[in-house]
Amino acid sequence: MGADDFTIELDGLTKSFPDVRAVDRLSFKVARGEIFGLVGPDGAGKTTTMRMLAGVLAPDAGSARVAGYDMTRDPEGAKQHISYMPQRFGLYEELTVDENIRFYADLFGVARAERETRAAELLQAAGMVEFRSRLAGKLSGGMKQKLGLVCALVHTPEVILLDEPTNGVDPVSRRDFWRILYTLLDQGVTILTSTAYLDEAERCHRVALLHEGRMLFCDTPENLKGNLDGAVVSVVCAEPRPVKELISGMEGISTMMIVGDGLHLVVREPGRMIPELRARIAAAGLEVDSVEEVAPSIEDLFVEAVQKKKGEKP
Amino acid sequence: MLGRLRQMLIKEFLHVIRDKRARFFLFAPPVIQTLVFGYAATLEIKHVPVAIVDYDNSQVSRDLVSRFQASRYFEVRRLSDRREIPELIDRDEATMALQINSGFARDLGKGETAHLQVVVDASNSNTALVGLGYVNQVAQGFAREYRLKTLARQAPALAGGLPEIVVERRPWYNPDMSSQWFFVPGVIGNLVLVIVVTLTAFAVVREREIGTLEQIMVTPIRRVEFILGKTIPFFLIGLLDTALISAAGTLWFHVPLNGSFLVLGAGTVFFILCMLGVGLFISTVSATQQQAMVTSFFFIMPAVIFSGFGSPISSMPDILQRLTYLNPLRYYEVVLRSVYLKGGGFDLLWPQMAAMAAIALIMLTVSVLRFQKSLE
Repeated sequence: MGADDFTIELDGLTKSFPDVRAVDRLSFKVARGEIFGLVGPDGAGKTTTMRMLAGVLAPDAGSARVAGYDMTRDPEGAKQHISYMPQRFGLYEELTVDENIRFYADLFGVARAERETRAAELLQAAGMVEFRSRLAGKLSGGMKQKLGLVCALVHTPEVILLDEPTNGVDPVSRRDFWRILYTLLDQGVTILTSTAYLDEAERCHRVALLHEGRMLFCDTPENLKGNLDGAVVSVVCAEPRPVKELISGMEGISTMMIVGDGLHLVVREPGRMIPELRARIAAAGLEVDSVEEVAPSIEDLFVEAVQKKKGEKP
Repeated sequence: MLGRLRQMLIKEFLHVIRDKRARFFLFAPPVIQTLVFGYAATLEIKHVPVAIVDYDNSQVSRDLVSRFQASRYFEVRRLSDRREIPELIDRDEATMALQINSGFARDLGKGETAHLQVVVDASNSNTALVGLGYVNQVAQGFAREYRLKTLARQAPALAGGLPEIVVERRPWYNPDMSSQWFFVPGVIGNLVLVIVVTLTAFAVVREREIGTLEQIMVTPIRRVEFILGKTIPFFLIGLLDTALISAAGTLWFHVPLNGSFLVLGAGTVFFILCMLGVGLFISTVSATQQQAMVTSFFFIMPAVIFSGFGSPISSMPDILQRLTYLNPLRYYEVVLRSVYLKGGGFDLLWPQMAAMAAIALIMLTVSVLRFQKSLE
């Protein structure tokens, strides 16, 4: 592939805040027409990376090229070709849907005729045609986020940066949202998105796992899942700590993690391990609600990747 | 560039018209303050409630009491027992109490000093001071006439020939010494201050709060366009408010505008620029609209008190007097009252204009620099 085929290129991108190194020597490339996912917990550096790529935050070191523009030298030139959508898109609640679209279109210098066609198309795709004259403040959460997407796309960007765009959005709106994104991919737009949902990460062509500002892993979602040796077993209980202590020495458990409703374990042979675990817990007289295999969450994959990384280092 | 700026302005005006809080700050302060300072707030003290106990009950003492009753400064209530006085004062039914002891007429008749005892509720020191002044005036006037009458009886040749000083009052610029004439021009300064500072600070902080600031910064808009878009609306609103209150002052309260509109306009422009600087500055130190509100009042209260709007700067302690030179409202109040009542022009008011221009330049520079940094 030639240099032009990559619309996003990061090389050693670094940003520190007074108390933390938010992004640490991050390097990756995203090809034109690709959808690339950034995955990691809060504080992993996803938003900071996005903001640097959007040209609102200057990096301390390293370089980033977006849509052919060097973001450290000419962030203003790139802005015309980028669209950045943070977790909550900034809408003017006392302006109508049309007025919001018009506002952002004019900031990007979109000609009137182009704005009309583009807005009509996007509103159609978002299923919002009949809400054009409604105040943005009167829309539901999902509608607001879709309106944000319409505003963010009205200037026909080449690169779209989405920061957990469907966080807290209803399923119907999420579906509309992704349909619009796929249409754009067909048109050769590049999308970089961050997400906490595994099903969304699975929709990406490639994903990168971020942890404390560093990239742990960068591959296809299939390979990410293949990276997990075994299955995830969930122990649902009110007091996970004694259970964790009890089973910590057992053979066949590779990872343990305390979660909201108990404990998640990664085990090689769930069929053999689950009865064994139940017996061990019952013998110790500890109370648990259930011990069952569950589908791996992004967090499970993540913890597993972090553990493996630690194991590789020494 | 013009397209983006125009869109910023349209959006800002739509917001001011549609947002409840912005609408409140646009319309409520001018109406309330103009009414309050046009009608209610007055420095004159009239109808002071006075209780009088007359233990002498003579022709002379009754004459003195009727003098108080005839004065428009007092509301007299007669008591028969001085033990009623403390309760009346405690209940705020009397601000002062006068006691005429028995022997009052007799002492005067003998040519000796007679005593009029005055108790005053000095918890409001201003009213107490002014009230005592009035009592003194009435008592001295009465004493003077009494002396003249005595003199006319005992030595008719001398009466009417005693040396005297008569004060001839010539109040310049405000012949009726009306409080309205003093307050109505002054209130323009207060209003422009409150409206421009709060609306500007809110307008920027609100964008930060709802996330549109970040959204705007990823568009190709230039910082200068954003800042102009955020200040021009409030500049225009400030000018409009000045025009409206001026019109109300002239047409409704009949305060004369003796100077030129041009001088008033120039002073107003410099002052609004100062206030835009302050508003922007507040927006850079506040994360939420609540904080912006508190910070604004932190600025507004001292700015008004140390402006000479109500209490004269010359009566303040020396160090505070010096601090008032930093206060743009101090200069604007001088310009307002001078243009209105004295017909002051640029020849007189250029030092105030220059001071405001300098403060505006400094405030705007600092705020814009801080603002740029706060976008990071």
